[in-house]
Amino acid sequence: MTQILSAGTDIEAPPQAFAETWSYFKENRGAVIGLVIIAALVLVGATADLIAPYSPILTNNSAFLKPPFWQAGGSLAHVLGTDAIGRDMLSRLIFGARLSLSIGVAVTALSVLCGTILGLTAGYFRGVTEIVIMRVMDIILTLPSLLLAIVIVAILGPGVVNALLAVSIVLLPSYVRIARAAVITEMAKDYVTAAKVSGVGGIRLMINEVLPNCAAPLIVQATLGISTAILDAAALGFLGLGAQPPTAEWGTMLADAREFVLRAWWVVTLPGIMILITVLAFNLLGDGMRDALDPKLKR
Amino acid sequence: MLRFLVTRVSLIVPTFIGITLLVFVLTRLIPGDPIETMAGERGIDPVQHQRLIHEYGFDQPLFTQYGFYLFRLAHGDLGRSIVTHRPVIEEFASLFPATIELSLCAMLFAIGLGLPAGILAAVRRGSIFDHGVMAASLTGYSMPIFWWGLLLILLFSVLLGWTPVSGRIAVLYYVPSVTGFLLIDSLLSDQAGAFASALSHIVLPAIVLGTVPLAVIARMTRSAMLEVLGEDYIRTARAKGLSGFRIIAVHALRNALIPIVTVIGLQVGVLMTGAILTETIFSWPGVGKWLIEGINRRDYPVLQGGTLLIGGIVMAVNLLVDVAYGLINPRIRHSL
Amino acid sequence: MSKYRLLLAAAIPAMLAAAPVSAKTLVFCSEGSPENFYPGVNTTGTSFDANSQIYSRIVDFERGTTKVVPGLAEKWDISPDGLVYTFHLRHGVKWQSNANFKPTRDFNADDIIFAIERQWKESNPYFKVTSSNHSYFNDMGMMKLLKSVDKVDDYTVKVTLNTPEAPFLSDLAMEYAGIQSKEYADAMLKAGTPEKLDQEPAGTGPFMLVQYQKDAIVRYKAFPEFWGGKAKIDDLVFAITPDASVRWAKLQKGECHVMPYPNPADLDAIRKDANVQVLEQPGLNIGYLAYNTTKKPFDDVRVRKAVNMAINKKAIIDAVYLSTGVAAINPIPPTMWSYNNQIKDDPYDPAAAKKLLAEAGYPNGFETDLWAMPVQRPYNPNAKRIAELMQADLAQVGIKAEIKSFEWGEYRKRAQAGEPQTVQLGWTGDNGDPDNFLHTLLGCAAAQNNGGNLAKWCYKPFDDIVVKAKSVSDQAERTKLYEQAQVIFKEQAPWFTIAHSVQLKPVRKEVVDFKLSPFGRHTFYGVDLK
Repeated sequence: MTQILSAGTDIEAPPQAFAETWSYFKENRGAVIGLVIIAALVLVGATADLIAPYSPILTNNSAFLKPPFWQAGGSLAHVLGTDAIGRDMLSRLIFGARLSLSIGVAVTALSVLCGTILGLTAGYFRGVTEIVIMRVMDIILTLPSLLLAIVIVAILGPGVVNALLAVSIVLLPSYVRIARAAVITEMAKDYVTAAKVSGVGGIRLMINEVLPNCAAPLIVQATLGISTAILDAAALGFLGLGAQPPTAEWGTMLADAREFVLRAWWVVTLPGIMILITVLAFNLLGDGMRDALDPKLKR
Repeated sequence: MLRFLVTRVSLIVPTFIGITLLVFVLTRLIPGDPIETMAGERGIDPVQHQRLIHEYGFDQPLFTQYGFYLFRLAHGDLGRSIVTHRPVIEEFASLFPATIELSLCAMLFAIGLGLPAGILAAVRRGSIFDHGVMAASLTGYSMPIFWWGLLLILLFSVLLGWTPVSGRIAVLYYVPSVTGFLLIDSLLSDQAGAFASALSHIVLPAIVLGTVPLAVIARMTRSAMLEVLGEDYIRTARAKGLSGFRIIAVHALRNALIPIVTVIGLQVGVLMTGAILTETIFSWPGVGKWLIEGINRRDYPVLQGGTLLIGGIVMAVNLLVDVAYGLINPRIRHSL
Repeated sequence: MSKYRLLLAAAIPAMLAAAPVSAKTLVFCSEGSPENFYPGVNTTGTSFDANSQIYSRIVDFERGTTKVVPGLAEKWDISPDGLVYTFHLRHGVKWQSNANFKPTRDFNADDIIFAIERQWKESNPYFKVTSSNHSYFNDMGMMKLLKSVDKVDDYTVKVTLNTPEAPFLSDLAMEYAGIQSKEYADAMLKAGTPEKLDQEPAGTGPFMLVQYQKDAIVRYKAFPEFWGGKAKIDDLVFAITPDASVRWAKLQKGECHVMPYPNPADLDAIRKDANVQVLEQPGLNIGYLAYNTTKKPFDDVRVRKAVNMAINKKAIIDAVYLSTGVAAINPIPPTMWSYNNQIKDDPYDPAAAKKLLAEAGYPNGFETDLWAMPVQRPYNPNAKRIAELMQADLAQVGIKAEIKSFEWGEYRKRAQAGEPQTVQLGWTGDNGDPDNFLHTLLGCAAAQNNGGNLAKWCYKPFDDIVVKAKSVSDQAERTKLYEQAQVIFKEQAPWFTIAHSVQLKPVRKEVVDFKLSPFGRHTFYGVDLK
């Protein structure tokens, strides 16, 4: 999905000064808003233990499904109400931020790392190695990503870590493709041939010459990838295959709340809004990064 | 060009075999077996269990099982569901039209709204409308559709009562299956109101499924149009005094359409993922829900056959898109 | 909404002209798709519901009771030793027809013999058709029980058993024993498509199948020549609706007339709706948390008692069952004979629990697992949520419980193998006998490996009593024994008894004479619409 949005980024961007990128970036209002939201979410997630009014797993037998404070029946004790077994919604949303951000970052880190290594390997060695790697990526791309993720979770068993692994695997192909394309383009260039002739080793060549050249598209892809990762992990949670109770994860909270859709709007609405805001922020940031890093759009 | 075609098609075969292997291995790695799953609280007598495992051939080495599977596959036999005992291909055929119908309606919605929105946004670049379209499309693109579906049900079905909650048509209507597409069958069945009923049932799921493609198409259309509008020949046309509408409709759009069509083609895979979630939320009787159930019940043949069929369809569509793209843009041929 | 209604209103007269849709259509919002249309291999109530409308059985349960009444057999004789059953079959019973099959003869003894042999004898050509897993036939012990089944004449069948079996007639009234046409079977075998028998069914029951679209709809028409007289409704439709909240929304809108398994959270709203009445009946079931008595620390009765006192049962009922369950004290439901009213439940008392834990040598608690089913069951609407509540309660007394879950088949298998320390499960009774709970779930025989006694609790004094009760025929004496067994059960606390769920069925007011089945099934013959 995201590789479509960033289709224009496969063109190699010359390494550029951070200051220059930043100056482009900060002109983009959306991107700055995205960055601010993310910073706020990170802050909330990091200080969850301090700012959450309750433990996310503390049940209250006398306050099942209490509405938010502004509605009749609600109280300031539970600002955003409680869920089916009397846990504080606000606290669960706050702890959910920590979990969702961690999942997003961990998934992306994992798939960027593995994807880059696979892509560089494929592009450098070519031949059978490349064919095998790229065909496997094709297969992953051919199967509906959610279906594949579900099957993987079914194999590994439901849970946060397994869901994280499943989503990482599903998101691999775009990173592999970017890295491989970069290697192939770079390897054809004269200076690489020259370096090769003068006996520079393969790994050094990769790290010194090729990697910096595919860094820009990878960073953009990774930023956009975080949003995909958060969405996919939440979808798994929604299908009951992600984080397991009593863990506060937005997708799992939604799944748990489905049966109350007619009765308690807040348990259904709030986790969804959090997912939407978070994903939106990362997409805004990703778009801004792409515009800043992509020389084509600079006029 | 011919070489490109041959290379591209020859890539399909190993990919397809790869899919069969991957799917086969993955399904067998899932713990639990279908017989235990069906047994419920009372469990199953170990002797009987052993006998059934043997009957299904699950006690054979995996390689042998895979060999048999490929052999039958080559003969067009995808096996039978372990739960319903009906041929997988038959179940797929009975459910797939529902998925296709939903996907087509979703695409219709996405294109019908996304294309004009994108064009207008490009033409009026920088206007409030442009900003609105960009903001809306980014929101749509970021939407967790499983939540979006719940929200729409809550609003339109429960609070306003405008649309039915789930299903494909009011049960009042007995619509014999001719094409499998209820929108068509209901017209053929000659029952007044049947079509309206089918239509009212498909609106919400189609919107939910179409949301992400809509966002992508609107963005892509806008950027493609912007690029084309900046080209020299458009400026020339403008200088020649052609009307704005003519320029946009005839010259710009025709050229911008190429990347847009490609993007639309690439949405097929996205639609399949979306269909799984949408069908779950709306109890839409399609293949997405069927596959999830297949996983839950460890119904290996359903899972294998269904995934294979969907993979095959996605591959076919991708091939068409690639070929079309290769025809248009010679550069792409080299990067394969 | 109003627009939609208008469209429907406009449509109805047109439909009457166009298609043979008649006035009385009853819509049942069923919870899932049937597996197929051969009840002999079905395992779920969902499938039985879809099939029992089509087929008749040798004998039937009277609607709404567990009483056995004549079905295809008008009357029967049982030999004094209880071994030989002679069934006298009904004359002039017509078979339904469909696209593949036009019956040339009425129902007769051959059909009965075919139905039994198909599940019983591996040599029958239909034994393996669709599936050889005739699970209820096996579970009811028919394989060992049956000695011979003989045709005396066209309308008389003699069944000989190896041992006397009091519930034999009840067994034959169950859905798995639905009778199929031998003539149809032979024709399909000849045509090389035997599986059609089970996919395009023809029975002798009150309704015939018109259309089945997986995950969408099962459509029936009343069979005009049904031996019991044509059904009062003309059309019966199962609108397959897996989501409980959606079922309720449809019932509310009048899109269906009867719905099973309402969402506990929606019940308040359902009860308030003037167009709907909620039928209820205590179910023959129990949901429980079993302590693995062979594993530390649950081998110590004090620990088990302490945990019993640490969990707030009322909170579980309030949060998870709501009004769909009653707190369970004994392992058998209160509606069952021999239920011991004298027994007091362990009180919710975390302080006492802590004290008892300290006595048992765990002043700071301990770590344990806490298994929760991944699926909703009739006796437990949400095991994971219950586990979350238990986990929070246990934390109060220092016990750290980790919630675990597996895929459903795997879950039960591992639980029966004794892998968990504490595990939730439950049971729905088959025949209403306490033995079906106390011996089946708590006896020593079931405590052996892979048995259904998940507590792996083999306690001699208890086992002696329930085994003895099996061999006694006097019900008064059996009652005494079972009452005593329940006392021992509570003292030894192999389970935390959670709840008995109540069978609730929201039905629209225009539905006349719908009766709840004690087995939780849905029968629509005899039901009418206002």
